Amino acid sequence: MRREHLLLGLLAAALLALPLALDRYQTSVLVLVFLSAYVGQAWNVMMGFAGLLSLGHALYVGLGAYVSAALFVHFGVSPLIGLLAAVAVCVGVAMAIGALSFQFRIEGVYFALLTIAFAEVARIGFDHLKWTGGAGGLFLPVAGSDGQWWNLRGGPLFFYYVALAMAAAAFALCAALRRSKLGYQWLAVREDAEAARAVGIDVTRARMSAVVVSAAMSALGGVVHVFYYNNVFSAQIFDMTRSIDIMLAPIIGGIGTLFGPILGAFILVPLGEGLIFATQALGVNAPGAKAVFFGLALMIIIFLAPNGIWPSLRKRLGIGEAKP
Amino acid sequence: MSQTSRFSLDRRSLLGGAASLLAAPALVRAQAKVLKIAVLLPRSGLYAQAGQSCHRGALAAPKVLADLGYAVELVHVDIESNADTARTAAEKAITEGANCIVGAFDSGLTLAIAQVCEQRQVPLVINIAAAPQITEQGYKYLVRNFQTGGQLVTNGLRLIKEISAATKVEFKSAVFVHANDTFGTAQRGAMDAIFPKADMPFPIVESISYDPRAQDLSVEVTKMRGINPDLVMVVTRAGDAIKLVRDMVRQRFEPKAIISPGSPGLYDEEFYQALGPLSDGMMFNLPWANPKSPVTQALEASFKVANPNNRFAVDSFNAGFTLEALMVAADAFKRAGTTDGPTLMEAVRKTKIEQHVMIGGPIAFDAKGQNTAIGTAVVQNQNQTPVVVYPADVAAGTPALPLASWQGRK
Amino acid sequence: MTLSLVLEVLIQGMLTGLVYGLMALGLSVIFGVVRVVNFAHGEFAVVGMYAAFLLFAALKIDPFVAMGLVAAAFFVVGYFLQRVVVTHFIRRPDHEQFILLVGLAIVMVNGMLMIFGPDARHVELSYSYDSWMLGPVLIDKVRVFAALAALGVAGALFAFFRYTQTGLAIRACADNLTGAGVVGLDVDRLYALTFGVGLACVGAAGALLICVSDVTPMLAPSFTLLAFTIVIIGGLGSMGGALLGGLVIGVAEALASLVIAPSMKSMVSFALLVVILAFRPQGLMGKRAA
Repeated sequence: MRREHLLLGLLAAALLALPLALDRYQTSVLVLVFLSAYVGQAWNVMMGFAGLLSLGHALYVGLGAYVSAALFVHFGVSPLIGLLAAVAVCVGVAMAIGALSFQFRIEGVYFALLTIAFAEVARIGFDHLKWTGGAGGLFLPVAGSDGQWWNLRGGPLFFYYVALAMAAAAFALCAALRRSKLGYQWLAVREDAEAARAVGIDVTRARMSAVVVSAAMSALGGVVHVFYYNNVFSAQIFDMTRSIDIMLAPIIGGIGTLFGPILGAFILVPLGEGLIFATQALGVNAPGAKAVFFGLALMIIIFLAPNGIWPSLRKRLGIGEAKP
Repeated sequence: MSQTSRFSLDRRSLLGGAASLLAAPALVRAQAKVLKIAVLLPRSGLYAQAGQSCHRGALAAPKVLADLGYAVELVHVDIESNADTARTAAEKAITEGANCIVGAFDSGLTLAIAQVCEQRQVPLVINIAAAPQITEQGYKYLVRNFQTGGQLVTNGLRLIKEISAATKVEFKSAVFVHANDTFGTAQRGAMDAIFPKADMPFPIVESISYDPRAQDLSVEVTKMRGINPDLVMVVTRAGDAIKLVRDMVRQRFEPKAIISPGSPGLYDEEFYQALGPLSDGMMFNLPWANPKSPVTQALEASFKVANPNNRFAVDSFNAGFTLEALMVAADAFKRAGTTDGPTLMEAVRKTKIEQHVMIGGPIAFDAKGQNTAIGTAVVQNQNQTPVVVYPADVAAGTPALPLASWQGRK
Repeated sequence: MTLSLVLEVLIQGMLTGLVYGLMALGLSVIFGVVRVVNFAHGEFAVVGMYAAFLLFAALKIDPFVAMGLVAAAFFVVGYFLQRVVVTHFIRRPDHEQFILLVGLAIVMVNGMLMIFGPDARHVELSYSYDSWMLGPVLIDKVRVFAALAALGVAGALFAFFRYTQTGLAIRACADNLTGAGVVGLDVDRLYALTFGVGLACVGAAGALLICVSDVTPMLAPSFTLLAFTIVIIGGLGSMGGALLGGLVIGVAEALASLVIAPSMKSMVSFALLVVILAFRPQGLMGKRAA
């Protein structure tokens, strides 16, 4: 146990000090890394912990973004309070979807498709919702570098620490959850729902709580996303490619592990930036090349190491993560 | 063991980083003889066609600007039609020494960049982006040499009235069709607000919004045919404009005119390639390159050398605005004599360029950074080439209305 | 709103729906037997469209003829895709199958983007713009041909599964996998054949789709979703259900464009999907597995 605690402490110290050595561009890349790790962690609660495949996770991120942004734009509500509303809305929607699925025993493939359907409904719905600007998008007022932190206004450095704190908190929360009673129930349900039911676990309740926790976490991701970018478009935020992006980091890092989403984000985001740099340096104008590479990586990883990179890396480093 | 050495590595780079931070201001203060402009355009992804069209203008720009006595260095960056990429690309470009940014065709992408420019006090000169919010949010480091959605619609409608009078073709009714995407909805909003006050001689019988991802638009056209209006006003992109026209042909629906009150879609190379003679007769009321301006002629000459496989007439809207944006930046630098952000921005705001590419008065910006003197022309597809047909002082051809029958077009 | 207008829209919806049905049929066949959900289905449909486009552009082969060639090529691709790749995933958890095929889908969409670019491509036939007038109702010739061809291919498929030895063996696999193994059926080969047949369906559908709409790489994900929606509404694994689902979606979307707003039509399909999942999860014509 000591070894990983030491490692974790060193990592945290390094990440806290890191912006000193980075320019604004590198800092802004790391913001993306942490946000990606954070949302990936949220997705992982459903898929990795409870075995529920969500292919439409952009739904919760988008809802969180829209709710907090609309409250801020229309009523000047600080995102710190808007966050609560965003979480409430996401939890409500998650419970509705959960109730629908678990009530009618929609499982596996069907459940995954249902999540896509809801994300698509949200995309088209927000495209027509006048209050949030419809397909024209919702715009926040300008944010200078002298931001008001309580309104989540600031530059990359500010968001670096916000995103870092989120990623760290999500990590700690998931670690605690997994060691909790609920965590063991999820595990049992994921491995064999029938057996779990037989030993007296309330399968529906366990699954519902996974959906709710994951949705609530994703809502915060959406809030920070919209205040970072200052605008939100439903066609982009709810898009299926966004949902797939959310899944990539935890899958490549390692589904069901605590460190997987973080590792995945640290691999994928810089890889994407590197590929942009490489294509530009080579002077090739090949839109799509980057995504082809991602797709291939996904296939190869799921083929060779369906559990992701972290488990094997962990073994190399000799760190024990509580067995999933 | 490995982790301790990694930490020391971190510390070393940390110290190096601190040193470079201290050195940075000295670098910035150094006077530059050349303005380094980063041209951020969506050359892949959703807006690839338009982004590449703008890019061709940027490729033709250095020669034109050099001949006009401006000293600039351009860095071309593809922002993949993705706000994440746009934002990090802007950070990267400025970190690598860009003194000014030009872009980015789409409003969402432009705002992602504006955010960075505002914080780093680097001027952003917008080539194309119509969302009115851009100049209403209080950004101090951007100017827009492009019409807002509302201006596009106002001028578009005015010219419909004028072209109808000029050609003596009357419209008794109209249908407004638009894609339900960012630009399309913005135009719909502007249309709903402006049309009732525009005193038009015809009513809009129905507004139809369609899904830009739809596989075909046959039902939409059937609906239009049921109304049978004289005029169809469209706000499209290239792909769906093609589907729209094709279904009109298939269903033998022949309105007196198809006019876009300010939108892309009807003048992309893709549109001409796909529809051939069926693309003729469509009109679009847009700011357009003034064929009689010497700067336009210089741009056209340079464009032909830089992009031998593309037609300037087709790209002139995108290429023209991109060149003008670069010109605004270069001109401000010439007057300011420094690359220092705030000073350069001050010069950008005081821009007054008499001779330029697009139709309209001198390029100048109001307090919000908006150029209000941009003109609008009626452009019509004739022989699969966009031709300015109105107003007469800039026209290179004569308007042909009503629309010729689909049948027998060759 | 006149009756003829409604009628016309209904007919358009049905004709387009049948072609979509054929596309979804491929998905249904694969799932019904191999129990793998082909998440790259729409991508294959789009590749089929490009294949027919290329055959027309280079060799002037009419897409209705090219349909056979594309289907044959897709059969081979499907056969080997199953044999070489997918077979390793048959006993793996759902999400792993999903991720494999999502990866494949991403590669396919962006590969097409690299090869063909973002511009829409189409096939211009001599009869592309022809139409018939039945009284006041106007009907597209190409859509009628495409729908008839789709019905023809589906009919052939029904016959294959009902009357041929191989078809019957495949159905045996689907009904009782252990039993099929016990009586000595070569399950791996039958699975590969099924995957081939499924992709042949979607390839044929792609060739028909290029006649009625333009192709861009970005169509693919929406086709995948469309195919899923159709198949779930009709009944995953049911062949008749896929065609029926296609009809239902085609008509529902067409009517929604007419009555509500064209830009909201896909919302109607998703609403239908949710209702079906809640109240008849086995689909209109499916049998409840559990």
